[in-house]
Parts: sequence; structure tokens; C-alpha cells
Amino acid sequence: MLKVNGHVVEVDVPDGMPLLWVLRDELKLTGTRYGCGVASCGACTVHVDGVPVRSCVTLPEDVEGAEITTIEGLATREGRAVQQAWAELNVVQCGYCQSGQIMSAAGLLAANGEPDTDVIDDFMSGNVCRCATYQRIRAAVTRAAELLGDDI
Amino acid sequence: MTVPLSRRSFLHTASAVALVVGFSPRGALAVAPADGGYFNPFVKIDSDGRVTVIVKHFEIGQGTSTGLPTLIAEELGVELVDVAFEFAPSDVRRYANLLFRSQGTGASTSMANSYLQYRQAGAAAREMLLAAAAEEWDADPSTLVLSKGMIAGAGRSAPIARFVGTAATREVPDRPTLKDPATFSLIGNPRTSRRDNGPKIDGSARFAMDVQLENQLVAVVRRSPRFGGTVASMDASAAGGVPGFVNAAILPSHAGVVVYARDTWAAFQAREAVTVEWSFTNAEGRSSAEIRTTLLGAVNAPPEFVVREGPGVDGASARLDRSAQTVEAEFFLPWLCHAPMEPLTCTIEPTSDGITLHDGCQSPSGVHQALAAVLGLPMKSIRINTLYAGGSFGRRATMTADYIVEAGQAFAMTDRSRPVKLVWSREDDLAGGAYRPAVAHRVRVGLDGNGDIIAWDHRVAGKSIFKGSSFEQWTVRNGVDHSSVEGVPDTLYGIPGMFVGLTDLESPITVSWWRSVGHSHTAFVMESMMDMVARAAGRDPVSWRLDHLREGSADQRRLAGVLRLAARESGWDRPTEPGRARGVAVHKSFGTYVAQVVEVSRDAAGVTAIERITCAVDCGVAVNPDIVRAQMEGGIGYGIGHVMRNEITFDKGEVVEWNFPDYEPLRMSDIGRIDVHIMPSTAPPTGVGEPGVPPAGPALANAIAVDGPRVTTLPMAQNGIRFA
Repeated sequence: MLKVNGHVVEVDVPDGMPLLWVLRDELKLTGTRYGCGVASCGACTVHVDGVPVRSCVTLPEDVEGAEITTIEGLATREGRAVQQAWAELNVVQCGYCQSGQIMSAAGLLAANGEPDTDVIDDFMSGNVCRCATYQRIRAAVTRAAELLGDDI
Repeated sequence: MTVPLSRRSFLHTASAVALVVGFSPRGALAVAPADGGYFNPFVKIDSDGRVTVIVKHFEIGQGTSTGLPTLIAEELGVELVDVAFEFAPSDVRRYANLLFRSQGTGASTSMANSYLQYRQAGAAAREMLLAAAAEEWDADPSTLVLSKGMIAGAGRSAPIARFVGTAATREVPDRPTLKDPATFSLIGNPRTSRRDNGPKIDGSARFAMDVQLENQLVAVVRRSPRFGGTVASMDASAAGGVPGFVNAAILPSHAGVVVYARDTWAAFQAREAVTVEWSFTNAEGRSSAEIRTTLLGAVNAPPEFVVREGPGVDGASARLDRSAQTVEAEFFLPWLCHAPMEPLTCTIEPTSDGITLHDGCQSPSGVHQALAAVLGLPMKSIRINTLYAGGSFGRRATMTADYIVEAGQAFAMTDRSRPVKLVWSREDDLAGGAYRPAVAHRVRVGLDGNGDIIAWDHRVAGKSIFKGSSFEQWTVRNGVDHSSVEGVPDTLYGIPGMFVGLTDLESPITVSWWRSVGHSHTAFVMESMMDMVARAAGRDPVSWRLDHLREGSADQRRLAGVLRLAARESGWDRPTEPGRARGVAVHKSFGTYVAQVVEVSRDAAGVTAIERITCAVDCGVAVNPDIVRAQMEGGIGYGIGHVMRNEITFDKGEVVEWNFPDYEPLRMSDIGRIDVHIMPSTAPPTGVGEPGVPPAGPALANAIAVDGPRVTTLPMAQNGIRFA
């Protein structure tokens, strides 16, 4: 039994299948993306009890009972602010990594409402963007923090 | 390939070299007029007035799904936010790239070949709507205006929806009147939003990797660990114990074993359990160090082909002998993998009369033909559904349509009753070839007593991308694959006494076009050399370059223009802060002129950090300035990241790099601020996807060389440079 985006779902998968593939192939929640499978790119980032984790190296049994949130279910204040900032600044290019970027950024802002550039760089450097949208991501995280300060 | 010519030459652009795209206005694309319909192959308007633009170029983030609708919206007279888009089906008669002879995206041509075509399509639809309104209102069409989706004039106004039914049945105007650029409100507007923001921000965008069809099989391929190896025998019995495993079969080419499973994870696991004996008779068995030695040997020997004769090889040698000063360097640039974020994947779905390919499809024409051959189906039985592509950088198009042919073969070996989704893992991607070829350059430059260049002997060696492919006839002349040297013999610098030679490397390692193709290495060498020569001549690198761009061609003026702009905006003439240094590079590729200044710092421990990058670009009309900036930012990141620390290496023919941990991508903390300045221009638009890449690496190398080592072997991190 997993709790995903507020719904309790029963999953019957072979031992060892990471959460990433449970979400994508079993639950058809394809917004969480496969990029490397070894927790090196962050495209698969989801929230477990609000904290960003790499679903490609997370086993379902280790998150049983926890609140799992994917990009499809992201509805926190921080998540909405991040998504608004992403649109304002035209962050995306190919877009494949951006679910993971947004989940990481929303997780960062939930923990630290006013991150400086060093904190943003440090936290977001686990998320790879081969289009190199980094400068806009950096600016958009800062912008999202502003929006949160304005209490959207 | 023959292209049917209609009576009309509508949408034939001035830049279309030998291709006229014709169509019948009430041909196959028209739907029942009362419901609205296609005004032409690029504009569909429903009876409720909703405009849909048909986008003939796939979207990899370069912005086609915003840029092409912008052209239509501008000319038609509707708001961009009110325009939807769909990707075009595979149909070369309607959707060919006017600069190619096929339907496909590449060489940074999407905007260049579409600019007039899409504007004309929008203008034609506007004139058809205005004519319908004029008829109904009994007014002179020239007194009516279409703006923001409303037609107004003659004391009346109404939304376009009202006239769609009758307008769609009208003749398509032959030569619709285009808007005066001075009146543009969307083209050139720096505040237009990307049309693909929404689905890419909420996770709903569908990439090929996201295809989940009822009853689909996932196929992965166990490929030869060495290029050119083949399957001798295979044993899949151990895979039987993997839950979800379905079957395994040897590819007809014997290039690998296809493993079929119920889902992706099961396919990955089952593949590990399959045992394969390989035959390496014709395989690459060398290590990268051996091949590097071979390439460096080749550039120190007489070249196989003469690319630019100049004074001839002996003449150049004689000039070097009498030079007051010579500057020489050997360069080696490694194999590089494209590594788009979305690993390669596509799905073949059986249909009632054939198949549908679901793919982030970069070159529909080639893919369509390749699949027809593999599946033994007529072209009309194959439909291509183009989805968002998670990056490409050239990888999704190859001469052989490699991963799509693999998918076709995997599907053909089943009973064709279930969809087959072929998935490459990241490990497959890094080991999967189609690399930027490794290349060596050797350059010797001679200066006279005044510090003027009198000789430039330039030798290049590397594997040809195009030889042996179906594209060979377009790119290979007198044995020279132009893509191996582009940017050297055709340099815009006035360089007296220039000889250029080329030697091809033979190797089974597959190579392909990688973002900016040959410019990805030639710009590094040319711009490094220009800096070294400027320094030897005791000259400032910017003014030295400008002095070699004074022969008066428009090309030279535009290149000099971006160089001056980047120098000014970077504060080139002001001293840097202590511990910092600047380097510059400028290069034209794909019709676009880009200059960059990289500013680095080095701390007491000798660790280099990239602090700031200033970029100037002249791409003609910037249809969407924000996307132009984004492409420069991304190109710089792509270029610099690889120059910093990426290479594909081989140990006895086998790829050493396994996954991102040892092909470490550029990350956010690696790079400081990038400022992009766009040269105002009224010239026709040129591409921006690739031209940001070439200058980034040499600008970084030139900055490091100011008070550090001159790096001529890449990547830098493996050759003596420590980065923060």
C-alpha cells in the first residue's frame, strides 16, 4: 500500500522495483522522469513527507505509510509559487528534467524561505539540466521566494 | 525524391533552393467547411475561431512550438495565447524543411526556413477571413482590419469565428501581403511566453518515454560492448526467473539481443540475466590512447586531402621557414556523447493497416522510409506521432535512424499484435555511439617582422561523419567531408598563406552530428590559435581579431559587430579585479554570429571558477528575443560543460564511461551569470540552437591562459585544470 498524491493505492510489484518505475509503469504517473537510474540527475525527484527524494533509488517498502507527492500532485504554497515563477521566467527548454527541478525547488523553499544564491546552487546542483537552464532556475527560485514573501 | 508541383507556388520562400511546396487549397487537408478547417497546411481554424498552428519542426526546447505559432499569430492578427499548436504528421510534400530535401529538424534551420513560409500562411488565412467578412458586409476588404481575433471596419466588428466556415472555402491567395515589420507586435516582442510552459511545468507534457499503451511490451537491447561486434550465441534461460520477462531474440543484424518484458524495470533486470557470446572479428579493439596517437600522427604527416590549397603544402612550409616568428600547437578533442536528458526511446503501435510510431521525431522523412523498409510496409501504412523530445543535441537524428530501426526490428520479431516500446538506459546512451568524433588538429602560424600573419598551415584528422551515409553526396566534395573542417578553410578572418589539409580516421566507432557539428572543435582550435598568435604579436586579442576582419564583407562586418558588442558589455577595456582574467572568442556558424567573453577567477590554491559570461549574438531578426537568449545560455552551458570535463574513452574498444557519475554533466554550481546581448537587425532570421556552443570553450581556454596554462588537450579537468 502506498499513499500517492493523497490516494491510497495497492501495488503488486516484484521485489527491488524502485519507486520511480512503480510510479511510471504501474501507476502511469509519468511526470516523474527517468534520467539516469543512479540518483545522479534528479529527474525522478518526488516528495516523501514533503522532502525531495530520488525515486529511482527509493524502494516502495521504505516509503509505505508516507505521503508521496509527485509533480502531478504538487499543491503546496511553495509548489505553486515555484510553478508561477517558472512560467514568468520561461525557465523550461526541452522540459524533461523540469518536474524534478520543480520538486527540488519546492522542497528547498519549504525548508528555507529565503535561500541565497549559494544555498540555491548547492541544493539544486543535484538536478541536471542538459539544456543548461540553470541561470533561469536560480532566478526562478529567488522569484518564487519573493512570491511566497508576498503571500500569494 | 520528387515533389509534386501545384499550379500555385504558394508558400514557396525565397530561400527555398530547389523545392516548391505546393498544395491544393481544397485538397486532402480540408475538412467540412461549416466546421472550419485547414486554411493551408499550417493553419487550422475551428468553427469557434480557435486557431491551431501545425508545427513542422519538433520541439526540443529550442522553441519551435512558440516561434512558429508566433509567425502565424502575427500575420493572422490573433493573440499568441489564443493559438494552439500540433506537431505535423510525416508528409514531406507539405512539411519539408525548405533548406533540406526532406522533413526534419537540424542545422539550426527551423526559423530560417519557416520565417517567410509561416508568415505567408498566416497572412493568407487573414486575407481569406477578411474577404469573407467583406463579402458578408458588402465592404471593401481593404477597409477591414483583423486584430486580436476580431475583424473590424465598415462600422462593424465580429470575431473571426463567424467567418471561418465561408473563408475556409475560398481560394488561397497566391501572394498574400505580409505585414510591415515596423508594425510587428509579436515578432521581436521580448515578453512573449513560451507555449510549452504549461505542460512542462505541471508534468503533463508527454515525451516518448511517457508512452504507456495498453498491453505494451518494453524492449531493451543488449548491444556489443565493442563497436562492430556481433552476437555469436545467446542464452536467455536465466532471464526466465526475472518476474515480467517475456522473451529474448537476436537482432537480424546480429548487433545485439532484444529482451522483451512487461515493464521497464523487468526489462533492465532480465537483460542482466542474458548471457551473450560476442564475435569481435570486425570490432574496434583499440583504446582511446592508441587512437589519439594515430590521430596526432596523422596531423604530423602529409594530409590525405587538400581542403584549402592556399600556397600549397610546400608553399606554406617555405613561408613558415622564412617567418620571423612561428606559433605552433597540437590539439586533441575527445569523443563526446550528446546525452540528452530523455534517453532514446520510441514506441511502435500496431494499427488496423500498419503501425503508428510514437517518437520525439527529429527527421520524419528518414524515419518513415527506414521503418517502411524494416517492417515491409508501404509508406502510407506508417503514421508518425511526434511528441515532445527531451533534448537531442543532434542525437535523435542519425544517418541510420538507429534507435528507430532497432525498435522496428524488435517489433517485427514479435507477432505484431502488441505495442513495443524500445527503451535505452542512460548506460546504453553513453555506450551507444553516434559521438562527436575525436579529432586532432595541428596548426603552425608564421608571422613576419611586423607581426603580420604570412603562413597558416592547418591539418585536421578525425573520422568523417558523413562518408558512407546517404548524406555523403551533399557534404563530401573531392574526398573532403566539409563537416570535418567547417570553420577553418572558410574562416572569416583574412589569413594570408593558409593551407588546410584533412586525414580521415577509419574506425567502427560510430560518430554523428553533435550540437554545432564540426564547429564544436574547429572554433576551439581557431579561436585558441588566434589568441596565441595575438599574444605572440604582442596584441590585444579583441583588436587583433578586428584587424583580421577588415576586408569589408558583410560577414566580416557582422562578426566584428558582435565582437565589439561583447567586448563593450563585458568591460573588456577595463582591467579585471585582482585574481580574475577574461578570454574572448567569436565564431560564425549556421548563419549566426556569436562572440563571448568568459571571466574566470583563480584562488590561491589554483582552483578556477567561471564567474561571468558575456555573449553577443547576431541572428538577424530575433523572432523571440527571450528564446534567443535562452538558447545562448543553454549553448554556452553545453559548450563549456563538455570542454571542462567530458570525454568518452575506450579500453580495448569498450566504452569506459558508464553513467552520469563518470560523464559528469554541467551543474548549476559550475557556472556564473550569463548576459546575452542581441544585435538589432532586420536581416532574415538565422538559427540559435547551435551557434552559442562553439565560442564558449575557446573563450574559457583563452581566459585560463591569461595567467595559467594553455590547454590544447580536452577535457580541461583531465588535463591540468582544477575547477571549483
